[in-house]
Amino acid sequence: MKKLVLLTSTFLFVFALSACGGSDAVKFGVIGPLTGEYSQYGLAVENGAKLAAAEINADGGVLGKDLEIVAYDSKGDPAEGVQAYNRLVDQDEIDALIGGTFSGVTLAVKELAVQDGLPVLTPTATNPDVTLNADNVFRACYTDSYQGSVAAVFAAENLNSTKAAILFNRDDAYSEGLATAFAAEYDARSLAYDEFEFGKDDDDYSALLTNIKDGGYDVVFLPAYIAEVGKVLTQAKSLGLAVPFVGGDGWDGIEADYADVAEGFYFANHYAKTDEATVVQDFVTNYEAEFGEAPNALAALAYDAVYAMAAAMEEAGSTDSADVVAALQTLDYQNAVTGSISFDANGDPIKAVTIIKVVDGEHVVETKVDAS
Amino acid sequence: MELFINQLINGLNTGSIYALIAVGYTMVYGIIRLINFAHGEIMMFGAYFAFIFAFMMPFELPFIAVIVITMIFAALMGMLIERIAYKRLRTAPRISALITAIGMSLFLQNLAYLIFGATPWVMKPLISTEPIIIGNFSIARLTVLTIGLSIFFMVLLTLFVRKTKPGKAMRAVSQDKEAAVLMGINVNRIISLTFALGSALGALAGVFYAMQYTNVESTLGVLPGLKAFVAAVFGGIGNITGAMLGGYLIGIIETFVKAYISSKWVDAIVFGLLILTLLFKPSGLLGKNEKEKV
Amino acid sequence: MMKKFEFKNLKTNSVFINLAAVSIIFLLIFVLIVTGLLSRYISSILILILVMIIMSTSLNIATGFLGQLHLGHAAFMGIGAYTASLLAILLRDSIGSDVVLFITSTVGAMILAGLAGLLIGWPALRLKGDYLGIMTLGFGEIVKTIITNMKGITNGAQGLYGIPKIMNFPTAFWTTVIVVLTIFLFMNSRHGRAILSIREDEIASESVGINISRYKLLGFVLASMFAAVGGSIFAFNIGFIAPQQFNFLRSVEIFVIVVLGGMGSLTGSIIASIVLVSLPELLREFSSYRYLLYSSLLVIMMLFRPQGLMGTREFSFTRIFKPKLVPTNDEEEPDEKGSDS
Repeated sequence: MKKLVLLTSTFLFVFALSACGGSDAVKFGVIGPLTGEYSQYGLAVENGAKLAAAEINADGGVLGKDLEIVAYDSKGDPAEGVQAYNRLVDQDEIDALIGGTFSGVTLAVKELAVQDGLPVLTPTATNPDVTLNADNVFRACYTDSYQGSVAAVFAAENLNSTKAAILFNRDDAYSEGLATAFAAEYDARSLAYDEFEFGKDDDDYSALLTNIKDGGYDVVFLPAYIAEVGKVLTQAKSLGLAVPFVGGDGWDGIEADYADVAEGFYFANHYAKTDEATVVQDFVTNYEAEFGEAPNALAALAYDAVYAMAAAMEEAGSTDSADVVAALQTLDYQNAVTGSISFDANGDPIKAVTIIKVVDGEHVVETKVDAS
Repeated sequence: MELFINQLINGLNTGSIYALIAVGYTMVYGIIRLINFAHGEIMMFGAYFAFIFAFMMPFELPFIAVIVITMIFAALMGMLIERIAYKRLRTAPRISALITAIGMSLFLQNLAYLIFGATPWVMKPLISTEPIIIGNFSIARLTVLTIGLSIFFMVLLTLFVRKTKPGKAMRAVSQDKEAAVLMGINVNRIISLTFALGSALGALAGVFYAMQYTNVESTLGVLPGLKAFVAAVFGGIGNITGAMLGGYLIGIIETFVKAYISSKWVDAIVFGLLILTLLFKPSGLLGKNEKEKV
Repeated sequence: MMKKFEFKNLKTNSVFINLAAVSIIFLLIFVLIVTGLLSRYISSILILILVMIIMSTSLNIATGFLGQLHLGHAAFMGIGAYTASLLAILLRDSIGSDVVLFITSTVGAMILAGLAGLLIGWPALRLKGDYLGIMTLGFGEIVKTIITNMKGITNGAQGLYGIPKIMNFPTAFWTTVIVVLTIFLFMNSRHGRAILSIREDEIASESVGINISRYKLLGFVLASMFAAVGGSIFAFNIGFIAPQQFNFLRSVEIFVIVVLGGMGSLTGSIIASIVLVSLPELLREFSSYRYLLYSSLLVIMMLFRPQGLMGTREFSFTRIFKPKLVPTNDEEEPDEKGSDS
């Protein structure tokens, strides 16, 4: 009995202790896949955010206080992302959220954020529904409706495609959203296409790829993350499927492990690290110096997002959620690495899409489509 | 027609992997009536071993050497697991042994996670990626290797079990352990041998899996392990030929469901098959009906 | 001291004392929460512990008391979570009170889960031991697949969002108390004893006239219905659910709690739930080692102490008041004389 009392009170005591906290810094939360098969995305976002924070702090911080980045792991899974969000809000008491990284996670977190009224600026979630009916949710990137249609236009006009195979992940909101947008553009142009769906637990795509090979398509649109894209391309190559593949911004970084199977293929992206603009080159140089590798688009977007949020907070003059949200709505942040950030009524910025071709394991800019 | 044959080849490819794993399950169950949940993790470690021996050695090893060394390491690992966790529970209630196996499975998964890291290791090609052209058909070189080597090793195993003395001893122990002891068979050694052989084949499956699907991670063995287990039950648990047959059948069924229906029903169909088998013909396709003793 | 507790029925006595103790614990925690000493994050963890208590005590009915190996329990948690969530989303505008919404949705969830429990109970009648366990595993996977594929209703693997977050600590706490109390009273009834006898010796109990099929089905149905309650609380706590939260790994987690606590001990399940949920939270820095710890604990337990922490014993607060007298539980100290006065 005594043991039980002792045990219980110890537990409660330790719990209570861990609830103590609260500091004098401004805190931005970051949610992304920090471990597991998608970790390159989450780590890029975390690093980009931290680089921005370090620079901002060197420059005096936000509202005179230090800017702290608190990052939790979503593993790319919406359920984990929700837990990460709850910890950030309940335990760390963040002032704003730079996240989630994945559309699927952000959609799950969005409802909770709307209830909390927390200012949310996702750097990389491109699914259109993320900012829908959510006054306090903004994004720093373009939407999939735009990205998908640009990819479709590229396939139709630059690759002269008339019959596409759309191969997507039905368990992922990002993949599905992009596939839908691509299909819609093909519909508008009266071009033929067929949809092939796989699930997140699938490793073996040979059945689908064999069907695709048999179907006589001239382009395969594969809007998925590298973990899946790499497997698909490897199997496609060994099956002898010799058709150009087009991907979305999830492909960024594919040259690290899958350069040979991705050779000659295209994907849509947010920026090119070879862009000559000063702000881009400064960012690339500083990022490389700090983290030892070139930044991908997600790092650039996270960097921009943190700067944008900080700017909004300065404008608002406080960390109060309602004030910050109001400031975000009228924000016009010009000096971004990925292009200027200012939001339309939905919370979406107007950004350009860069189509990149993988050549000899390097990114080569194929074309850039400005927003219209 | 050509499409059908291509899909059939895909099915045989997947089936080879399931068959290799299923054989391991069935041998262990036949000999100590244990469902070795940790078998999928041997497959996973096999994949990691292959990666290590192929890419992380200071010298370059030929492909065959990589496979053989991997299989040997896996065999040792299997024997070790049996000695540490399962030996003591041979007379314990079945529930205890099963729980221990589940625990072992989780333990190995997390051990791999801690040792090898959370980020998957990406396997580079170990053999040429150029497809083989036969008339109208182009087949991936890896597919030919997978199917061919799998059949080779399984035939080898069958010959071993049927013709050699240790093989006969294995069959004896699985039929009647007490009688085998009376015949002078060293049961402990035979059980170790069973685990060794099963693990070696399981690891080979892991190597093929890694080569085909490139990502090597700690959870690699979970789903294939479960499906291979279904295959073993379906083919007749305790029966090696049954396991092979079950493996190929499940592989083909899975591929055709993916090709003609959708991958989202694969799991339900495979596990549904399991339940139907357990309810209506628990001895599987090739098993014998055993009357339950009261 | 003895005269104060002179009730006719010791059992009723014991129940009241335990309820009183439980109420005190509740007040303690509740005060801490209301005054803000325990953050929202902590109370969320406490609710998670309560969910696990429900899950493990309900699994104990099928596995601990009935003796059937059940590896698909998380599926019923999932059925409960999804049913309750969908009902709540549907009825949210028609029902004003949060508590009423919770109760209505949960009852609906229990009904559906109970029916599913019948579905799994029926094949369970024909299988034993390992095969039964594998069958339940397969059943769990099939349920998860069906939930994932009903994408129009459940949103599939992308998860169901927008679930009203109507859960709070008092609701979760008292629901858990009701569930555990119900299970306890049931197991101490004639029906409970019938179930225990099936575990001990199926053939003997059949010859004594116990309807095996009926009680096996009952066991599975009850376990499933209570699992639905756990799923319901889980869903309303976070506001978002996805099929992968109710997979085989989750079933194993619950199973581990039951085994470590002692198959057949409700107290054991409660203690194990508290320890196994809170420990990883406290040791967040070592979270990668947590599953390693879990699983090695499991293996070690099975090798050296397969009966778990509590075996089949229970703990009752009446021990504080009557340390040397009446056994607080049917199963131990049979040689001590009972004293009701």
